[in-house]
Amino acid sequence: MDLNYSPEEAAFREEVRAWLSANLPPDLKEKVASYAHLSKDDLLRWHRILARQGWVAPAWPKEWGGTGWNVVQRYIFEEELGYAGAPPLIPFGLTMCAAVLLRFGTEAQKKRFLPRIYDGDDFWCQGYSEPGSGSDLASLKTRAVLKGNEYIVNGQKIWTTLAHYADWIFCLVRTDPGAERRQEGISFVLIDMKTPGITVRPLMLMDGAHEVNEVFFDDVRVAAENLVHEEGKGWTVAKYLLGYERMNTGRIGESRRQLAALKEFASSRIQDSRFRDRLSRLEIELMALEITNLRFLDRMRRTGQPPGADVSMLKIKGTEIQQGITELMLQAADPAASDAFTEAVRRKYLSMRKTTIYAGSNEIQRNIIAKMTLGL
Amino acid sequence: MNFDYNEEQQLLADSVRRFLAKDYDFEARRKIVASEAGWSASAWSTFAEMGLTGLVFPAEHGGFGGGAVDLMGIMEAFGEALVVEPYLPTLMGGLAVARSPLARSILPAVVEGKMKLAFAHAEKGARYDLGFVKTQARKAGEGWTLEGEKAGVVGAPMADRLVVSAAAPDGVALFLAENPAGKPYRTVDEMRAADPVFRGAKAERLDGGIALVEELTDFAAALVCAEAVGAMKFACDTTLEYLKTRKQFGVPIGTFQALQHRMVDMFIAQEQARSMACLACSKVDQATDAKERARAVSAAKIKIADSARHVSQESVQLHGGMGMSEELKVSHSFRRLTVIAGQFGDADHHLARFAAL
Repeated sequence: MDLNYSPEEAAFREEVRAWLSANLPPDLKEKVASYAHLSKDDLLRWHRILARQGWVAPAWPKEWGGTGWNVVQRYIFEEELGYAGAPPLIPFGLTMCAAVLLRFGTEAQKKRFLPRIYDGDDFWCQGYSEPGSGSDLASLKTRAVLKGNEYIVNGQKIWTTLAHYADWIFCLVRTDPGAERRQEGISFVLIDMKTPGITVRPLMLMDGAHEVNEVFFDDVRVAAENLVHEEGKGWTVAKYLLGYERMNTGRIGESRRQLAALKEFASSRIQDSRFRDRLSRLEIELMALEITNLRFLDRMRRTGQPPGADVSMLKIKGTEIQQGITELMLQAADPAASDAFTEAVRRKYLSMRKTTIYAGSNEIQRNIIAKMTLGL
Repeated sequence: MNFDYNEEQQLLADSVRRFLAKDYDFEARRKIVASEAGWSASAWSTFAEMGLTGLVFPAEHGGFGGGAVDLMGIMEAFGEALVVEPYLPTLMGGLAVARSPLARSILPAVVEGKMKLAFAHAEKGARYDLGFVKTQARKAGEGWTLEGEKAGVVGAPMADRLVVSAAAPDGVALFLAENPAGKPYRTVDEMRAADPVFRGAKAERLDGGIALVEELTDFAAALVCAEAVGAMKFACDTTLEYLKTRKQFGVPIGTFQALQHRMVDMFIAQEQARSMACLACSKVDQATDAKERARAVSAAKIKIADSARHVSQESVQLHGGMGMSEELKVSHSFRRLTVIAGQFGDADHHLARFAAL
């Protein structure tokens, strides 16, 4: 047992850190640090800086632009991005759609979409949730009917993050309402957001931000070649993606940076032992999560196996910690202050309540561990 | 980076588990706990044969020069089986002696399993303040005499010698003394302890003072973290088994989501505790200074205290009335985990220390 990074890994971290300090634009770093709104241009600017360096999609196979880094290097890279305060890389194209195409896509689909995802030419969003289908995703109703070589799509998606920026949406749709198992009637399709019949309507959240949307489909015509995997196999695709989503929700580097910011912001309250102890407990939760995450990576590296269902605990603990930090920020704030940063801290607290709900609520994550890991 | 035990560590932990499964099951343990002595001489001699009593001592005294990480797997196995023999007190005593010339006459017997020790440091009123030492040491010719009372010394009733802390003219110092054999009593977790009283007892001075007490206490705290992980593993495993087999309303109670989620939270607490035990034991072995070591150990002890309480309380609750019963091992892992939560400093103590570092 050795909890230290190898000299090679430490050198890799130094390389990433040095590059970030030279290449992360100060205005973007400042926006992230002050919880300011990041525009589509901000997100894409950072995406393209990384793409030019060849680092925007480390996990992809080398032939498509991946870096060939192992899981530990990829973790170090992500940790450094978060710790440096880089804008987030929006996962819908880079992580999710790409993972699906690489696993299930045809060569033509890969050639058509992957380079544009890599270069930031296409902005993607995810069409999963519907008004009646949240945690019970397999009950989704958005209908796709094959007519000739086109699907005609009708229905509604909801909570669609950054749909108002998106050029494309990947959607779960129902192609066979009569399937014996309802999961077997679902398919995975790629839809151009400029197609006639698509309407995007903003959903304002309690922090006042426009981040999520409703997306309406009204006789939207989608070329049959935009089906991924086979018709009726969309649920298989969705399940494959779940593991990817959960492995990326720990956000340890970002939490480390936020915790450091919290310590500075709360310096006047640190003498209060009640506050101080809550801060310490949070810091220790983060230490435990970091080591637990490394244990998962170590296991993946040794066995070459994808993560098991128990990685759901990273999502649960990671989001609890993220929320805990913003909650302590809120409580450290001077109740009489109304400066821009304090206001942003309050909005951030409101906003972060989403983290235990999105990407499979933490209750769903517990269901997954109960069923898959514990056999209940 | 690597979170596995090496081959030697794994083989040793496996053979300890095999022995405990065969000769130290819950029924065997019940007999040991009910016995007059409260420990098993045959189990102890097996520990010695397996090399457990020599693992952390220098090779020159017959040991293997191991560290906390080498002991982790053993402590986990002891936690699963709820071993009551005074293993940790003997290690603490032996390590206190190891840096003194006296080691030559003491450690070979400890390594061979012929001598058990206990670490008599705590006193009434000290709580977790390691610097609180009222017992006095006075120079008497070439040697020293001790005057004072120690309290709650686990393993003292069966110890052949005691390592005793006392205030010497130059600060807190450690001494090796004959065991004054105070009245033994049972602790909540069914171990045996005593409150040794020294009235002008002769003692031999060891090298090292309060810094060594702190180092040994951090070492022991890291090891009970590993032991707690084992006890939590048992509590989680047995509770999960119960949820799958106990039927109410015509179905296994593990089909109820209210219980599933609580079981999952126990499982997560155990995994997080394991991570922190790895951190504590690694830092005890590798930390470059006392502050780095103390910070890791306090962080781990806070997490283990919280998770030990959480897992033990839930394991009893999810067993219903059976969880309260003396007959079920889960009520005994509850006791051990309750004690571990406070042993070598409870969460509040370590929170204060963590913040001060």
